[in-house]
Amino acid sequence: MTVRVVLPRLLADCTGGRTSMSLDLPEDGTVRALLDALAAEHPVFDRRVRDETGALRRHVNVYVDGEEVRRLAGLVTPVPAGAEVMVVQSVAGG
Amino acid sequence: MATTLLAIGTRKGLWLATSEDRRDWSLSAPHFLMTEVPSIGIDTRDRRRRLMVGVRSEHFGPTVLHSDDLGQTWDEPAGGAIGFPDDTGAAVERIWQLQPDSADRSGVVWAGCEPISVWRSDDGGESFALCRGLWDHPHRSEWGAGYGGAAAHSVVPGPEGTVHVAMSTGGVYRTRDGGASWQPRNSGISAYFLPGPAPEFGQCVHKIARDAADPRRLYAQNHHGVYRSDDDGDSWTSIADGLPSDFGFAMLADPRRGGRIWVVPLVADGERIPPGGELAVHRSDDAGATWRRLATGLPTHEYNAVLRDAAAVDAGDPVGVYVGTRRGEVYASADEGESFRTVASHLPDVLCVRAAVLP
Repeated sequence: MTVRVVLPRLLADCTGGRTSMSLDLPEDGTVRALLDALAAEHPVFDRRVRDETGALRRHVNVYVDGEEVRRLAGLVTPVPAGAEVMVVQSVAGG
Repeated sequence: MATTLLAIGTRKGLWLATSEDRRDWSLSAPHFLMTEVPSIGIDTRDRRRRLMVGVRSEHFGPTVLHSDDLGQTWDEPAGGAIGFPDDTGAAVERIWQLQPDSADRSGVVWAGCEPISVWRSDDGGESFALCRGLWDHPHRSEWGAGYGGAAAHSVVPGPEGTVHVAMSTGGVYRTRDGGASWQPRNSGISAYFLPGPAPEFGQCVHKIARDAADPRRLYAQNHHGVYRSDDDGDSWTSIADGLPSDFGFAMLADPRRGGRIWVVPLVADGERIPPGGELAVHRSDDAGATWRRLATGLPTHEYNAVLRDAAAVDAGDPVGVYVGTRRGEVYASADEGESFRTVASHLPDVLCVRAAVLP
């Protein structure tokens, strides 16, 4: 299945300049599987959004079709076919 | 004269200044803008010009990068230079220290991080391995967090496998086997914020430095208390007499001359400003027996602190002294602190400065 991924402009230098892309995932894909797929191509991007334990960084949010995954099932939140997954930095800092 | 590089890490980026005479400085455009730079290492061993930085984004976490062309290009290993092994379940929060070892261990670089951990690189800072002896130390559960976070913020390599670290809170620990085993070394250092007599460990030592002539002699700026050890850290005695305050963050030792050190006093834990609102460094030329206030060229109206790594010395002759404030001002002295000139103004809070005469 194919999903659409929207990435933060601030990390474009880690994704070859791309801020959106389509990804092929297995039918039972999850947010973790999607991030793993991105990590295979863009390892520095992965370290920006997940720490070495695999946890999403505190001030990075992931939305699946508009729903923030921490309010769903976290990294095992299912990603349905045709979904739009947005990775975005939260409001933080000063 | 050779070029001197002054690297300025701030809360919102890195600036590089260069000078041929350490009086007139050229300041670069910012690197890593909007990213804090709490640690910098300049490695000039074997005629290298390697600059290492520990940067941290509030959003996107910490990482270590290095440059061999004075910041024109930066390299970051795809897998990251530093990261906890899976079994620890831990993640690096901030890289507090990047410290090249001595010239005879040319590839070795040490890192100190939050959470409290010490790391060793044998490839010039491109990859670091966790010192398990300290990570697995039985004291770990009793170490605490200072205001800035629980970190090993000072790593001071010495001869023959000796390394001293300082952590907040935990105090000074020493290894004599290259990092395999670590023992607390805080005898004589106060911990007024804890009840009862000073403990074996748990102190909030802000910075330590090693004497140039006698590697068994160390100096410490404590969370209230300024100390010297003449026995490799086994015991500490106060050298605060003659200073306007025993509080502060920085401790610098002259890399050329034994017995010469600098501190930057602040009034107190509860009043973290320069005494009288006037910034000054204090230098001792006799290992802390006497002190002299040095303020020529420093502001007479200053209510901002100098943080623990926002002071540095180079190894020039005479030695250069550098201080940066949380107001974003950076001052340089080309004459061992006798007089300062402003290098940069209106930067973000200065977290770290490091300087080196380039080969």
